[in-house]
Amino acid sequence: MSPLHIKKGSSKHSAYNLRPSFSDVQERHTLAVLVENEPGVLARVIGLFSGRGYNIESLTVAEVDHEGHLSRITIVTTGTPQVIEQIKAQLGRIVPVHEVHDLTVEGASVERELALVKVSGKGDKRVEALRLADIFRAHVVDSTLESFVFQITGTPEKIDAFADLMRPLGLIELARTGVAALSRGS
Amino acid sequence: MAQTMTGAKMVVQALKDQGVDTVFGYPGGAVLPIYDELFQQEHIRHYLVRHEQAAVHAAEGYARSTGKPGVVLVTSGPGATNAVTGLTDALMDSIPIVVLTGQVPTFMIGSDAFQEADTVGITRPCTKHNWLVKDTDRLSATIHEAFHVATSGRPGPVLVDIPKDVQFASAIYQPKPKTIARHYAPQVKGDMAQIEALVAAMEKAERPVFYTGGGVINSGPAASQLLREFVEATGFPITSTLMGLGAYPASGKHWLGMLGMHGLYEANLAMHGCDLMINIGARFDDRITGRLDAFSPKSKKAHVDIDPSSINKVIKTDIPIIGDVAHVLEDALNLWKSRGRRVNTDGLAKWWRQIDEWRKVDCLKFKASESTIKPQHAVARLEALTKGRDRYICTEVGQHQMWAAQYLGFEDPNRWMTSGGLGTMGYGFPASIGVQVAHPDALVINVAGEASWLMNMQEMGTAIQYRLPVKQFILNNERLGMVRQWQQLLHGERYSHSWSEALPDFVKLAEAFGAKGIFCSDPKDLDDAIMEMIEHDGPVIMDCLVEKHENCFPMIPSGEPHNKMLLSDAKATNAIAGKGAVLV
Repeated sequence: MSPLHIKKGSSKHSAYNLRPSFSDVQERHTLAVLVENEPGVLARVIGLFSGRGYNIESLTVAEVDHEGHLSRITIVTTGTPQVIEQIKAQLGRIVPVHEVHDLTVEGASVERELALVKVSGKGDKRVEALRLADIFRAHVVDSTLESFVFQITGTPEKIDAFADLMRPLGLIELARTGVAALSRGS
Repeated sequence: MAQTMTGAKMVVQALKDQGVDTVFGYPGGAVLPIYDELFQQEHIRHYLVRHEQAAVHAAEGYARSTGKPGVVLVTSGPGATNAVTGLTDALMDSIPIVVLTGQVPTFMIGSDAFQEADTVGITRPCTKHNWLVKDTDRLSATIHEAFHVATSGRPGPVLVDIPKDVQFASAIYQPKPKTIARHYAPQVKGDMAQIEALVAAMEKAERPVFYTGGGVINSGPAASQLLREFVEATGFPITSTLMGLGAYPASGKHWLGMLGMHGLYEANLAMHGCDLMINIGARFDDRITGRLDAFSPKSKKAHVDIDPSSINKVIKTDIPIIGDVAHVLEDALNLWKSRGRRVNTDGLAKWWRQIDEWRKVDCLKFKASESTIKPQHAVARLEALTKGRDRYICTEVGQHQMWAAQYLGFEDPNRWMTSGGLGTMGYGFPASIGVQVAHPDALVINVAGEASWLMNMQEMGTAIQYRLPVKQFILNNERLGMVRQWQQLLHGERYSHSWSEALPDFVKLAEAFGAKGIFCSDPKDLDDAIMEMIEHDGPVIMDCLVEKHENCFPMIPSGEPHNKMLLSDAKATNAIAGKGAVLV
């Protein structure tokens, strides 16, 4: 068991679990990578993706176990099933990588992202922004007479939808954390 | 007893504890404290090369011919950047190398100091792992870990960057740990269920073939021994990649010769027509597979590899086995024996009749000439005159490399040093120096092309200084032969910049360094010249002037499958076209 109470996944033996064929279908996978918290480890992971031409849709990293010197990197990537398996195997090869988990295939998981959204406007638009924020359960964390900063959490799709709605209402700045994800259950 | 010592002394102590007796290197400002410690001891012998790239290639030659890790010591900045080609070469061919680099003192890092480079940043993609040691406390443990990472699992190069103040400061020395208690522990035992599936497939196969690679050599002598036993017992044909030559003896009756782009006709057609492919320690490199969608279309494929990322990377595998070659072969062999040593005798007999038909094509035949030395003839004579000797062969990269692989026979592992994955011109000469250092009494020959050889010719100084009697057998066609061949095949015979108009007089060059030079251009003199080269007690450059426009066949043109091989010049011009043209 890892310090995060995730059962050791199939990633180390990914070769045994390859899905039926080398299909061309692009899949979106969320990977949780547990790494030694040492200088350069993020560069190793990112360098792997750029060097081998893999996609990164989102990447978050932070220390999760101070005593164990472990950080957790959550990567959302897209690729064919073969490329996804290859990414996992390549990540597993990096010396300071402890564990690689494919949350997309290892049972159910939850994904959340946080965003700060600055919207500027007056009159009706301002009221409408506030009303929509309420529907999306976004909080106002800063307010002036001409602007709001909303804090919204949810799946990346929910944040996309919120940002799309805010755009005509005066969206001027958007900051997103990237995806954090955990497997469901114990 | 905890011992306190300086970082520089720690480096030497840690190398000693790791059983290192040979280091290839080049001093400079940022490693002077370590060089000072080397000066004051007698356990470790340091070989001064003439260029840091050569230090790494020499260490590769040393490592590949002994199975031990090669060790390199160079300075910061240019010392480290010059080592990059060697590191990449070792990474591609899975050679265990430990490179120690000096670095500017910790308090100057990031200030664009003199001879500062971001060494760990630059070498991150070309090492298996690397470390910047910022604290002398961590230095000895890091060096021990570096050796562990370089030599375990799939071997590879590692680098430890040591700032100068860390070399001067003192701390307690940590001795070599008995076991490395870290998460990095590659799996060596193969999954028994998969091994069983392999054995079951072997019992039934009508047209099996063993396809072996450098992983067999890296796994150690036991792996080669087990492979030989398995091949003899089953009677299956066996072919090997460039990197795996010698694991199974070339004189063995099941040997098909090398496969791949310039592999033998029978080997490639056996790969194309087999119904069971048993890949042991090879990685389906593009030089091997040719066109992927037409690669061995009717076969079930088993793949034994210690690196999970090699499996299913380009070719879909039916029976993947992650593990060390020797461990997996031992388990598979034992299981096969205990299940009654079954093979499909009728199927195999028919398969061998088919292979014998392919062999009759005699794909390595060439037209000898009475006036000029054919390069194939030169290599064939080298083989005839050195066979049976305690012989190690290195090569540079190009046509001569392929002819060496085709016409020389390797009876044992660790006898063949060549740059496979990266294709590094300039590899062979320094590698031959590393091999000779490891095997002082052996006959070490570097089969070279003149263009590759010139890339690291400065190492003549090293050979002379340490009295290393390396033989430089240069097949001189005054061309970049392989480039020229591709220009003929792909670019309408427009030979853009693929010849040299200003080659040195190699005999005089040898003499200028204090070595022996031999020139030969007449086929009648060839045997005498080769004998003179191998009998001479000291380094020799043999300038063997060969036919200038000879092409290397057989050849699978880029973008073609195994069964579309070119066997001669007849159809060669503009043979690479369409989609194949963008491939290298």
